[in-house]
Amino acid sequence: METLKKDVKENNSSKTVKLTGAEAVIKCLLEEGSTLAFGYPGGAIMPIYDELYKYQNQFHHVLTRHEQGATHAAQGFARVTGEVGVVFATSGPGATNLVTGIADAQIDSTPLVCITGQVASHLLGSDAFQETDIIGISTPVTKWNYQITKAIEIPEVLAKAFYIAKSGRPGPVLIDITKDAQFGELDYSYKKCEKVRSYRAIPKLNTEKVKEAAVIINSAKKPFIVWGQGVIIGGAEQEFKDFIEKTDIPSASTILGLSALETNHPLNVGMVGMHGNYAPNVLTNQCDVLIAIGMRFDDRVTGNLATYAKQAKVIHFDIDPAEIDKNVKTDVAVLGDVKQSLVEIMQFVSKANHKEWMKEFQKLYDIEVSSVINEQLNPTKEGLTMGEVLGGINKETKGDAVIVSDVGQHQMFACRYADFIKTRSSVTSGGLGTMGFALPAAIGAKIGDPNREVIAIIGDGGYQMTCNELGTILQSKAAVKIVVLNNGYLGMVRQWQELFFDRRYASTEMVSPDFVKLAEAYDIEAQRVTNREDLASAIKTMVQSKESYFLEVVIEKEDNIFPMIPTGASVSDIRLS
Amino acid sequence: MEENQNFTFSVYTENNVGILNRLSAIFLKRHINIESLTVSKSEIEHVHRFTFVVNITKTQAYKLVGQLEKQIEVIGAFYHTEDEIIYHETALFKISTEYLYDESIQDKLKFRRAHIIAITERYFVIEASGLKQDIDNMYEKLKPYKLLQFVRSGRIAISRPKMAISELLEEIN
Repeated sequence: METLKKDVKENNSSKTVKLTGAEAVIKCLLEEGSTLAFGYPGGAIMPIYDELYKYQNQFHHVLTRHEQGATHAAQGFARVTGEVGVVFATSGPGATNLVTGIADAQIDSTPLVCITGQVASHLLGSDAFQETDIIGISTPVTKWNYQITKAIEIPEVLAKAFYIAKSGRPGPVLIDITKDAQFGELDYSYKKCEKVRSYRAIPKLNTEKVKEAAVIINSAKKPFIVWGQGVIIGGAEQEFKDFIEKTDIPSASTILGLSALETNHPLNVGMVGMHGNYAPNVLTNQCDVLIAIGMRFDDRVTGNLATYAKQAKVIHFDIDPAEIDKNVKTDVAVLGDVKQSLVEIMQFVSKANHKEWMKEFQKLYDIEVSSVINEQLNPTKEGLTMGEVLGGINKETKGDAVIVSDVGQHQMFACRYADFIKTRSSVTSGGLGTMGFALPAAIGAKIGDPNREVIAIIGDGGYQMTCNELGTILQSKAAVKIVVLNNGYLGMVRQWQELFFDRRYASTEMVSPDFVKLAEAYDIEAQRVTNREDLASAIKTMVQSKESYFLEVVIEKEDNIFPMIPTGASVSDIRLS
Repeated sequence: MEENQNFTFSVYTENNVGILNRLSAIFLKRHINIESLTVSKSEIEHVHRFTFVVNITKTQAYKLVGQLEKQIEVIGAFYHTEDEIIYHETALFKISTEYLYDESIQDKLKFRRAHIIAITERYFVIEASGLKQDIDNMYEKLKPYKLLQFVRSGRIAISRPKMAISELLEEIN
């Protein structure tokens, strides 16, 4: 393939059928095994929506209440299924409304194909009605994007879009299709894309590097693993578990890696990062070998880089060469598909026993339990805590639910306290930290995996950013359970104001509507809990409901999330209070 | 503290609409100013070559090349220090014809890579080429003659070490 435009030639083979560009779009999606899109119609994408009407028995469309909701729903769908999330939006504001979700998908490596309508090609650059340069706008936040101006380009470009979105390190792709290309005709035939000559999806595994890594691991006295979402994206959960069990290495998750290993696995020592667990953060600076697997050393994980794991040899497994030595200098980098790399290294690592080293984790965990966790799960104070709500949910679901969290204090409580027994069970906005993510993402997750219980944990702030999507629940009947942890504040910002801005609570107190009435207006059964004695039965009612259910829990107003690594501090200076 | 120095990035890409935007966004996101940029064909058919000059640290250069290479339509990206490349710039000076027979200007043109490429009744045009410093010197010398127009090209550079683009293409395919 030279370049797209040169490559697309009139196809006169007998296997083709004459179709409009709009119909070809739907055919291509079906060819890719995609039978569902989230979206919102408008002028420039009407020909495609007209085909959705014709194909409604084969292709399902979920009408969200805002295009941002469509992107987050597609993200939720992609994160629980591992498939590509598809989004439709019109030109102009429809397209610009996608940008937050696309940026979120880019930083959290979520495969999306977003298809936007565009004004007719002869109007490009004329400031036509609802014209916007979405290619220019989306370039920095997409893995790839492309503008189609001729119907004939559609099959090849969409095949390439799916291939790029899901291969290697996944990410969002945006395809902008002018209205005349949707109306135009082409001789349609479809061929899946298997390679793009300028793009290497998976770097070639270097066995020498694997051996080097194994030598270091085999001689380690205090090895420590931090795994990320790469383990989940690579479908390497079992290989990962085999590896840590053979080498007996304590392992901690990044926020996006959660649920790749069950919470109660003896080697799972919790979550690293700003509000992660005490032991893995502190012991990052005591281990002799740090093994990073499918993670990218985000600043929220490392704290101050100058004091991060300086004593340790660092081994980094990743699929993206640009992540190597980006933040933390590695001693050995193993590039490649994580599943293959882990299978490969198994033959070189020896069975080990690190019980003494593991005791260090237990010791610090006990400190965290007595100084933070106990009071969260079994509070002695009157006000309800976020921790006890998660504890109550664990009791009811036994860890077998998809927990979709929004962004803020409640997110950190959800990620710290939720139990997971299955992979792809934690969906949250990690890199971008997008408030408003959870409700639409939970809708997408539920539609993607209808047999699983999906519980959205949202703060009163984030909820009001996208609670318009209650309409999507009403219409799609997605049985999403919604828990709003209402403390009357933008809690995380308020906590920072308390700790670092002398309690100057600038614009963080939040007056909210009657959330129960709001849910009921959308025909969703709802309940508000203000007393501890009502909490367990309310959670039970919610989990047992076959339909969507809304639960508001009124939380202690000025509760804080601890432990905490203050910005710029070292991971080992994590505060317990 | 690591010192800034000039790095010349050679980026081989597909010849598609929008790639310049995608590449320049990578510099923009990191608040790196592009000192010079040249886009041209390359030695391989249908492969374009971007030559960026930026003044950054070696660590920044290493990370930047990773981000450039990561772009789908980038085939390969390389960075070189000043002593790893042979480079060149060209400049054009448009000057009023009244100075054409000025003896002093004749002296200035004795630089071996400067010559007159057009003469009309009203103006004449001098072309000069060389290193950035050579062009800067020529500019200073010609400034007193009231430049009607001045333009200089971006840097073009050939690396001394090999840039194995053809091999890269073969390896991927």
